[in-house]
Amino acid sequence: MKSKGVCLVAGLAILGLILGLSPLGAAEKKVVIGFTASQTGKLNVEGMRQVNGLNLWVDQVNAKGGAKLPDGTVVKFEAKFYDDESKKERVQELYTRLINQDKADFLISPYSSGLADAAAVISQQNNRILITAGAASDSTYKKGFSLVFQTYTPASRYLTGAIDLLAKMDPQAKKVAIINEKDKFSTDVVNALKAYATDKGYQVVLFEGYEPGATDFAPFINKIPAGVDAVMGGGHFADTSTFAKQLFEKGMKAKMVALLVAPPEDKFAELGEAANGVIGPSQWEPQAKYSPEAAKAEGKEWYGPTVKEFTETYRAKAKEEPTYHSAGGYVAGLLLQKAIEQSGATDTAKVKEVLDALDIYTFYGRVKFDATPKNHGLQLGHDMIYIQWQKDAQGKLFKQVVWPEASKTGEVAPYRTK
Amino acid sequence: MLGQLLSSLTDGLLLGFVYGLAAVGLSLIWGVMTVINLAHGPVIALGMFGTYLLFLKGGCNPYLALLAVAGMGLVFGFLIYGVAVHRVLNAPHLSTLLATFAVNMILIGVGTAVFTTSPHNIDFSLGSLEVGPITVPATRLVAALGAILFTAALYLFLYFTRPGKAIRAVANNRKAAELMGIPSAWILALSFGLGTMLAAVAGGLISTFFPFTILSGGPYELKSFVICVLGGLGNPLGALIGGLLLGGLEGLIPTFMPVSWVPVVEFGLFILVLLFKPSGLLGAK
Repeated sequence: MKSKGVCLVAGLAILGLILGLSPLGAAEKKVVIGFTASQTGKLNVEGMRQVNGLNLWVDQVNAKGGAKLPDGTVVKFEAKFYDDESKKERVQELYTRLINQDKADFLISPYSSGLADAAAVISQQNNRILITAGAASDSTYKKGFSLVFQTYTPASRYLTGAIDLLAKMDPQAKKVAIINEKDKFSTDVVNALKAYATDKGYQVVLFEGYEPGATDFAPFINKIPAGVDAVMGGGHFADTSTFAKQLFEKGMKAKMVALLVAPPEDKFAELGEAANGVIGPSQWEPQAKYSPEAAKAEGKEWYGPTVKEFTETYRAKAKEEPTYHSAGGYVAGLLLQKAIEQSGATDTAKVKEVLDALDIYTFYGRVKFDATPKNHGLQLGHDMIYIQWQKDAQGKLFKQVVWPEASKTGEVAPYRTK
Repeated sequence: MLGQLLSSLTDGLLLGFVYGLAAVGLSLIWGVMTVINLAHGPVIALGMFGTYLLFLKGGCNPYLALLAVAGMGLVFGFLIYGVAVHRVLNAPHLSTLLATFAVNMILIGVGTAVFTTSPHNIDFSLGSLEVGPITVPATRLVAALGAILFTAALYLFLYFTRPGKAIRAVANNRKAAELMGIPSAWILALSFGLGTMLAAVAGGLISTFFPFTILSGGPYELKSFVICVLGGLGNPLGALIGGLLLGGLEGLIPTFMPVSWVPVVEFGLFILVLLFKPSGLLGAK
């Protein structure tokens, strides 16, 4: 009898504990974020940075107790990802798996326009929102998708600023050679670049593409006519680094060399002398001057960490300097969080509605999507900045922001003229 | 225009020597045992990785590393021959083709698992050489010299040493050579080893100026086929000259048309040679 009484008391105590501990008022929801990562293959450098950024966001938002919806529901995020080996076929297979088997609620794209485009088809077919990170190609957003949203400045605006910079550097400059990787993203960039350059009165003296995976650029470099003012183009990290290296080894003389993707990466400095003077467009740099105050002055909302907070926490966690690929990964998650919080829901339609109307500033700069059916999801708000590798007084290479005027940290220097 | 032509031709020819070296390896194996070695590409890639690892982990000068890579290539060739080729040597051609293709797939699979398919790079520079309008990276120049040295060494070996003469005897008539007391199994293994050695060395030379992955051997293997057919299958000297011809074409074609036309012209030529001079420009062995 006595033991029965003890049991009863103990049982009641445990029940009380359970009831006391569970926050009856605040329901908790788990949202699965699915994505693939190019852990191997030709895109692994950029791909892993993006994933590091994205994972940092997941850790931070969960550590802060998750996203809080207006009705008091707390949303916790779970990241689910696989290695896509930088291959399109793998991407489609894996996104299907993420949706059907892993029950991903929202998707984030892998790095690169080609892979993101492959993921976009799957996400649209399965009624899932896809925030693309690391995918600048314009064409994905002209296919009538309604659930795909771009964080990067589109390819069509990637190198046009370099033409403006060249005009400022040397008003006499006339000849531009364009050599690019024949993939989706780089082709979009150079087509827009060529049109812009011609429009501004420049003469495009060479316009040729190389196969993805090319390693020998000598045939292209030999074709660049003497007296060229600027060499522009490139593609992704591996080929562009090799291109820059061979430009230097072949004694290229030009006022400007502006190449895609590789220059903003710190690893690019390993080229040594060949990196010196090379300019690259960047979606974001740690020196960027975005701030809550500046956003307020423009009458826009600021959301998430400051540039400094992001840079420091990323550095502490990933043990490397953040690049725009890292920032792109982080902001993709951050935008989803913002949209979920503001819509107060986790269903596709409501979150899409918020994303369509979003116009905010974050540490990554302004973000606003095109909501028209023709270019749905195309990034309108965000702008590129241009960096150049220069040497400091000790002869050590460092990155200088040289364009646009408002964000620059120093003056642009010619590539090599003698 | 002239400057462009000269520098394109120089670049092409320098590269052509290295193509030639890789093709000599393929040609030797065909010449001695009429086996088309489809594992040629991955062996080239392994040569690249061998040089890379010795350079990066062993702190070895890449050119010194080449000697070690050559030794390993030779041993590796023995191994492939012993495991995959020897037993099917007298079976129809398709069997050796499939056997070496299997080796090709195994090497690529293991290579992908170990090295991934991310590009690797030997960060090594000897500066550039400037002569008039031509600027040549010194690594390409040294690679061409290396290719010439290895081909010359092979020539001396084949013509002035007993095992070399035995290889030529077996290539000429295996039955007769056996009757003369030449251990043909060993000689075949040695030939296969030499063929893979040259492929590995060519890979090592290429790795000093181009980045590479485990799949990088593929294009050089294809080029080797074209070169062998150009120069005459089984004729190592023809292979070297074929390499130069192909390299020269690769240099010249882009001067007149977009670079993407290079493979069209190359393989167009391949078909033309097969149609009109199947024994190759220099004649088969």
